[in-house]
Amino acid sequence: MIDVEKIRKDFPMLQNKKMQGHDLIYFDNAATTFKPQCVIDAVTHYYTDLSVNAHRGDYELSYQVDSEYEGCRKAVASFIHADEKEIVFTSGASNSLNLVAYGYKKFLKKGDVVLSCEAEHASNILPWMKVCEEVGCELCYIELDEEGRLPIENFRKVMNERVKVVALAQVTNVLGYEVPMKEICAIAHEYGAIVTMDIAQSAPHMSVDVKDIDCDFASFSAHKMCGPTGIGVLYGKFELLQKMDPFMVGGGSNARFDMCGNILLKDAPYKYETGTPAIEAVIGFHAAIDYLSAIGMDNIHQYEQELHAYAIEKLSKLDNLILYNPHADGGIITFNVKDVFAQDAASYFNSQGVAVRAGQHCAKLLMDKLNTSATLRASCTFYNTKEEVDRFVEVCKNATIENCLNVFF
Amino acid sequence: MSELMNDPMILRQIIMDHYQYPRNHELTHDDTYYTRHMASDSCIDDIHVEAKIQNHKIEDIRFDGVACTIATASTSIMSELLMGKTIDEANHIIENYHAMIDGKDYDEDLLEEAVAFHTVGKQANRIKCATIGWKAMEEMIAESEKNGK
Repeated sequence: MIDVEKIRKDFPMLQNKKMQGHDLIYFDNAATTFKPQCVIDAVTHYYTDLSVNAHRGDYELSYQVDSEYEGCRKAVASFIHADEKEIVFTSGASNSLNLVAYGYKKFLKKGDVVLSCEAEHASNILPWMKVCEEVGCELCYIELDEEGRLPIENFRKVMNERVKVVALAQVTNVLGYEVPMKEICAIAHEYGAIVTMDIAQSAPHMSVDVKDIDCDFASFSAHKMCGPTGIGVLYGKFELLQKMDPFMVGGGSNARFDMCGNILLKDAPYKYETGTPAIEAVIGFHAAIDYLSAIGMDNIHQYEQELHAYAIEKLSKLDNLILYNPHADGGIITFNVKDVFAQDAASYFNSQGVAVRAGQHCAKLLMDKLNTSATLRASCTFYNTKEEVDRFVEVCKNATIENCLNVFF
Repeated sequence: MSELMNDPMILRQIIMDHYQYPRNHELTHDDTYYTRHMASDSCIDDIHVEAKIQNHKIEDIRFDGVACTIATASTSIMSELLMGKTIDEANHIIENYHAMIDGKDYDEDLLEEAVAFHTVGKQANRIKCATIGWKAMEEMIAESEKNGK
């Protein structure tokens, strides 16, 4: 079990922070999370104590930067049960997902199929739309059930030899359902397809074992898991990373080049890391991984599920709310206030100090399934409390159209 | 006018009325109209606005789409306020509307029901909702002036 009160003391943003005159309740953790002091300290440690470039190990300070930089790669590898040469640092999950689509493009030809689903984040769909347009492949969608879940039978139904890529999120960012990725990978591999997995919404909340799942690629961002912005990870099976092309080349990624146009790229993961990386973010990310690991991902997962169940129990008693995903596996609650447009409700929540997100949450396709043009999303994490849920429920109760408009006067 | 502006009840009713019963809320799809599709990634509002502008005069304004109370009501009020006005008159009203939203001096009497939005900046991210239809109109006026009509 985790000690939430103790954990909250680690986060400067959770210390008496006010929004619109009320105690801040931050329920937008699916967008990004707050940072514990140890992560902030690690970032400033780089600028205060090191400050030199990486991969230039000719002098002592630089050597130290290299070893801290590579230390994070080791930590990330063990966090998701991968090998360190399979960990590429990127600017974030969107960058990683684009890198897979760009890099794998050369193995696709006209008539091939890329399979995804309607609940995907734009960053896992749009790169493949572009690839399909360029190469002449077809982008097909696995049908979701009424709840918005992806049943394995629906995947099996559409899987065939033409499918070369399966692009899915382990946990979707709008509805928070967990997709059975291990079974999906096994089936996809039988047909010779690769699986690229978006774990931006799962890695911060549960333990993810890429070897056990046997996915070919996995992408995630540090900032959604207490780390700095501007840094993310692409995990890829080493032989695939070796075969693919980076979409940027230049300093840091080449071993040798000459004036005749011969380029010898470094081995993965370095061939994908051109230019000076966000060194302070990598070092901060290491602190975030250590922080989460010390609490324990299984403890985090268990606590978040309890908190979610508690919230759903209370919210489902309110007759002015529509809950779209009461059975979500993660901490994402997608809802609307009856007869109130999502943006209007979000301003009311703001006026009461509650940060929730209104919008289409980058999963625009899904809106056709939920039959609403916009929703609200409240996303909790391990530092949120039952007391915060209670106040959130009170605010939901009072979110009438009149109150939503009163925030302007 | 000043008294009215200090009564949130009345201002709220103006917004509610235009949200529930938006005026000029049907597109003509007439190709003699200027049109603008206003949508952005950061905001959910997604509206189409049409305007018939002839001889430097706004003959008609229509709009439709999916939008919040503020975007719907502000566009509805704009359509009533600017319809029948000359371009010069319309530009003067638009200028005053923006001055009001930005917290600067403005002429209340010119803005009529649009004064309901004078405190919209309390929720800073909603300023775009209160100006989305107005921006469409500004663009169409500029286009018509460029065409010399």
